[in-house]
Amino acid sequence: MKRRTLLATAALGLSLAFGGAAHAQDKTKACFIYVGPIGDLGWSYQHHQGALAVQKEFGDKVELAWQESVPEGADAERVMTQMALGGCDIIFATSFGYMDQVNAVAKKFPNVKFEHATGFKRESPNVSTYNARFYEGRAVQGLIAGKMTKTNKIGYIGSFPIPEVVMGINAYYLQAKKVNPNVELSVVWAFTWFDPAKEADAAKAMIEQGVDVIAAHTDSTAPLAEAAKSGGKVIGFGQASDMADYKPSPRVSSIIDNWAPYYVKRVGQVMDGTWDQVDVWAGIKEGEVEIGEITDAIPAELKAEAEAMRDAIAAGTYHPFTGPIKKQDGSDWLAEGATAPDGDLLGMNFFVEGIKGDIPK
Amino acid sequence: MFGGIDPSLLIASLMMASVPILLAALGELVVEKAGVLNLGVEGMMIMGAICGFITAVETGSPMLGFLGGAVGGAALSLLFAVLTQVMQANQVASGLALTLFGIGFSSLLGQSYVGIKPPHLGAVPFGPLADIPFFGKVLFGHDLFVYLSIAAVAAIWAFLKYARGGLILRAVGESHDAAHALGYKVVRIRVLAIAFGGAMAGLGGAYLSLIRVPQWVDGITAGAGWIALAIVVFASWRPWRALLGAWLFGGITVLQLNLQAAQAGIPVEYLSMSPYVITILVLVLMSSGRGKTALNAPACLGQNFHAAR
Repeated sequence: MKRRTLLATAALGLSLAFGGAAHAQDKTKACFIYVGPIGDLGWSYQHHQGALAVQKEFGDKVELAWQESVPEGADAERVMTQMALGGCDIIFATSFGYMDQVNAVAKKFPNVKFEHATGFKRESPNVSTYNARFYEGRAVQGLIAGKMTKTNKIGYIGSFPIPEVVMGINAYYLQAKKVNPNVELSVVWAFTWFDPAKEADAAKAMIEQGVDVIAAHTDSTAPLAEAAKSGGKVIGFGQASDMADYKPSPRVSSIIDNWAPYYVKRVGQVMDGTWDQVDVWAGIKEGEVEIGEITDAIPAELKAEAEAMRDAIAAGTYHPFTGPIKKQDGSDWLAEGATAPDGDLLGMNFFVEGIKGDIPK
Repeated sequence: MFGGIDPSLLIASLMMASVPILLAALGELVVEKAGVLNLGVEGMMIMGAICGFITAVETGSPMLGFLGGAVGGAALSLLFAVLTQVMQANQVASGLALTLFGIGFSSLLGQSYVGIKPPHLGAVPFGPLADIPFFGKVLFGHDLFVYLSIAAVAAIWAFLKYARGGLILRAVGESHDAAHALGYKVVRIRVLAIAFGGAMAGLGGAYLSLIRVPQWVDGITAGAGWIALAIVVFASWRPWRALLGAWLFGGITVLQLNLQAAQAGIPVEYLSMSPYVITILVLVLMSSGRGKTALNAPACLGQNFHAAR
């Protein structure tokens, strides 16, 4: 009898919950899935800041829902299906590896809008992709790295060998090489977006081999924490988020992903019915990529130079990939004065000349 | 130096990288020797990581932090003990629940500790010993817990092999009915073993958040607890082999990253999967020798005991 009462209560609760959802139709529901925990202080944290900005902008008119630490793969498909069934009007999938799942779920729910970060597949009209030109920030970091390294060895912790990351490595190296012809880059692939212990180990391995400037393309602050142990000899950069806790050194600057304007705009478009499929790739100019404060650990002269480069990129007068640039195998990529077309960048699967090692397949 | 990798630095960082999984594996080894299968190692580790971190930050003392980590891990394991030893719940399900609970709860506790730097625990000062070429770096440049973890291997080995308490523990794990008939308090011994396992896992977790990474981030253990479980099986429930296993698993991760940084042309994927391949090989080899593994696994592993008679 007791159990039956319990079941009845549960059923009532469920019907209330669903009834509640039906009543709340006038509210727009924006949903987010994150590949890591919000507390990573990096990538996912920054996306969540964007989500909170949406709430702030529209207040009562929107309802947020999010799920953290959703693995790329089948789990993501389940989560997004559940979100779509749960009344989400727009779903932001914030990792490259959700690509196929986003498109699969989007086909099943034509009335729900899907936004996929850093992807390139838009198989149905309700899927948009958006990305930030992180490589612009990498170029600024490369300039700092090339000038600051004393051992002439700089490092880059790569997450996965995808164009996004390869592009960042190339931009970083090209700029460092330009100001310091003796610079050598060592790339370590962590094969994870988020594993603080492994990220720390990767940084440690590089430091042991004499690397003294580390850029990381993974999501946690662990590489900076490892660099901090060196007592000022090793510097690094904040990635995705400002990571201001490690100022003024080892964190000498950072790339900040500012998703808020885009999220606010897109949710607003869902509300007034003007949402349409887009493929957006914004950078420093649009404010989607920000260069975090360059600290006093950097000489004032270099700081001014880095800021000048940032402003030149923002003004559109300088492109980090400007020819002549050769590929690693010596073949030509960009002719003198030519700038890289977006298509080449988005499919980038080669290192530029001078980088040692292969991109894992 | 070969290929740009300094072997002494490599061995030194290998020893450091393997401490968390070694501590957790040793704890789980004792638990399993008592006949209890606790799959919640990951959850207990991460609870240890956050409890240790909070204690260290609040008190400013890394040593108290480790104590806090051990207490946190043990406290969570007692939940498992109540479920499985008192309420006779299924051990596999309870262990998995413990992991999920630990990950979530630690994240809740850690909300306001993200991005804070913990107090630093330096290397043990060995004075001139640390300057000996090669061995100085390999043996005398570590923090206290590297040495303690190796001492723990020896202590647990000696306890299980020579001490009366170890014999009783093994008896409980091999045949709880017989041990009960002899008058040993099976449930009490198992609860103690579980708490010990929790404390060790907690220490391992605290090592991660206080020394190896050192900071708090959600999900900091990232699967280390599962590797510890694999090491126990790999070690066929022998402490020294657990040390070997921890160095193998920890070492290959470090070696893999070092080889990449040194730009050696070995594909990363082979190195990443090699510890697991070796585990499978070891399991195949051991079980081919006429069920030697079966002989070595505690006979009552994973079975609940209820003193009905």
